[in-house]
Amino acid sequence: MSRMNMVQALNSALDVKLAGDPDVLVFGEDVGFFGGVFRVTEGLQQRHGEGRVFDAPIAEAGQVAVAIGMGAYGLRPVVECQFADYIYPAFDQIVSEAARLRYRSGGEFNAPITIRAPYGGGIFGGQTHSQSPEGLFSHVCGLKTVIPSNPYDAKGLLISAIEDDDPVLFFEPKRLYAGPFDGHHERPAVSWDGHSKGDVPTGRYAIPLGEAAIAREGGDLTILAYGTMVHVALAAAEETGIDAEVIDLRTIVPLDIAAIEASVRKTGRCLVVHEATRTGGFGAELSALVQERCFHWLEAPILRVTGWDTPYPREFEWEYFPGPQRVGAAIRRVMAE
Amino acid sequence: MTAARAEDAPPVAVANRPAIYDRVGAGGLREALRRMHLIRRFEETAEDFYVRGKSYGTMHLSIGQEATAVGVCAALGDSDYVTSTHRGHGHCIAKGAEVGRMFAEFLGRETGYCRGRGGSMHIADPAKGNLGANGIVGGGIPIAVGAALSAKRLRTGAVVASFFGDGANNEGAFHESLNIASLWKLPVLFVCENNQYGMSVAFARSTAVASVADRAAAYSMPGVTVDGNDFAAVAAAAFEAADRARRGGGPTLVECKTYRTRGHSRSDRNRYRTKDEIEAWKARDPIERFERELSALGVATAADAASLREAVEREIADGVAFAEASPAPSTAELMRDVHTPAAAAPR
Ligand SMILES: Cc1ncc(C[n+]2csc(CCOP(=O)(O)OP(=O)(O)O)c2C)c(N)n1
Ligand SMILES: [Mg+2]
Repeated sequence: MSRMNMVQALNSALDVKLAGDPDVLVFGEDVGFFGGVFRVTEGLQQRHGEGRVFDAPIAEAGQVAVAIGMGAYGLRPVVECQFADYIYPAFDQIVSEAARLRYRSGGEFNAPITIRAPYGGGIFGGQTHSQSPEGLFSHVCGLKTVIPSNPYDAKGLLISAIEDDDPVLFFEPKRLYAGPFDGHHERPAVSWDGHSKGDVPTGRYAIPLGEAAIAREGGDLTILAYGTMVHVALAAAEETGIDAEVIDLRTIVPLDIAAIEASVRKTGRCLVVHEATRTGGFGAELSALVQERCFHWLEAPILRVTGWDTPYPREFEWEYFPGPQRVGAAIRRVMAE
Repeated sequence: MTAARAEDAPPVAVANRPAIYDRVGAGGLREALRRMHLIRRFEETAEDFYVRGKSYGTMHLSIGQEATAVGVCAALGDSDYVTSTHRGHGHCIAKGAEVGRMFAEFLGRETGYCRGRGGSMHIADPAKGNLGANGIVGGGIPIAVGAALSAKRLRTGAVVASFFGDGANNEGAFHESLNIASLWKLPVLFVCENNQYGMSVAFARSTAVASVADRAAAYSMPGVTVDGNDFAAVAAAAFEAADRARRGGGPTLVECKTYRTRGHSRSDRNRYRTKDEIEAWKARDPIERFERELSALGVATAADAASLREAVEREIADGVAFAEASPAPSTAELMRDVHTPAAAAPR
């Protein structure tokens, strides 16, 4: 065990996989010599060599495309997309090629690739450095989408993502890299020191894709969240004094529908929270699933708290970001029904 | 800068005087020097905003690259277009943006170019033909091609200059754009600011050709490499490319070799390059060089340059005061500008 923040935990996952599997390669913009703009690949090139950890030209489509070919012929590449906002040039390769390679070759070929991308707001990044595009990828059949909320999960999930034989989008909530963030931007930042999920094994361990975690047990309502919003939901639950059960989905595809169903049947109420824009977001899918499966147990309509249907406005950072006040207000509304 | 140029008589000839200076004219040259100073002082002041916590997020400074932005825009008028980059302050000011509205954007004020919602990388100025800075590397290049097709089809006579970096020359968007522009003979100046690095990655470690201009051959267009810290060299290449474009001769790829003396962005500790390298480029400062040259040629005496710098200081101070006195945007308008209002929707 070692104390790690999320950056160190991700670095450790890559290190473990590079050391244990000669087919694993790590590349992307500024990841080799420089160690990544968020330092996730720091020291990996020195330890594993330029042939295994290297810089790529600024060409996201090319990077992902190359990874698909590498994956089809025996390697297990991990591509870093510097910010999730830069992933769109690669969208065609991800959607038309990576996601379908297996299906269109009758299961003969697959694309065991992992695309890591820091995502989300709370850092005054403005509209091209704050987006949450997970819903664009969860809509595509053939992809898996993972979003950790703490260092322990980040490492175990990244190892599973790399070991998985399908293409995995691995979105890292960049606001959580250095510490848990509950949306109280007016308070001093806290680190992962002293947080139970900052204790991370140094060796290999895996958290299976498709298993949610109960971040807080409760009986009054179920809050479905992932990434940064897990911490916001926990804060809102404490501050409203309502006995909410907070489910950290951890992977949105595959989805742990059994955990969701069990919780909502227990509480009879459900709130969905994400940072991404509202219309057509993954929250809509969650809301539909809960309605289909738990209708007779529901005592109130399912509500969503999300980002606004606008680009991320730098000057309205905290109006856009669904903080504990907005989540708290929604908790009270769901409880009032 | 067209207006300033027109009112001037050509200045007296001096030995070694770059031929392009006659075309720019003494007034145009002084205006170019003024804009270079304005860019430098704008960015130094913006940097100070961050140091003092007045602005936040990130930004990218073009200090050391001013001759490229101003040299290219010297060949353009207000009706010509530019597309810019994440490192766009210089392009915006060279194309005539008001520093007050730019400061207001940094401070998140309603009077900013993006109504305070965007910040450093979101400055567009339609009145001056600036189609916008862009947070996405390579994002502006294809847009420039489209603007050029409009100019051709609508017979406006306008040309479009698209600025981008040496890193951006590896994006697919760059290659698609050059092919389309050449195929359709569109009036585009593809201006690569080769500052030797794309973030931490040195040019030679990201790009298969020795010079970005070598790419031009693959798309059957002229490609030239110039000293991007030399106003005269940049302006000469830009005028030639713009003249060709206006004649219907199609696009040109102009590579300007230059250097950013500051880090990539605010958080950069410059670990991928040496102090010596940075100092060597600082010694080739484009503004000092241009000022010395104009003084030697008698176009702008030391006294002229001093009063020009004073005027720039006043413009900066006024711009900051304007921005600081401007109102914050209202959350009531959070949804504004996502879609075109129904009344203004296209036919
Ligand atoms: C599509 C995309 N990929 C990556 C980035 C991140 N990024 C911003 S600037 C930059 C380097 C760009 O290098 P260059 O084109 O040479 O411009 P310079 O910064 O040197 O002016 C990178 C990788 C981005 N903004 N957009
Ligand atoms: Mg560059």
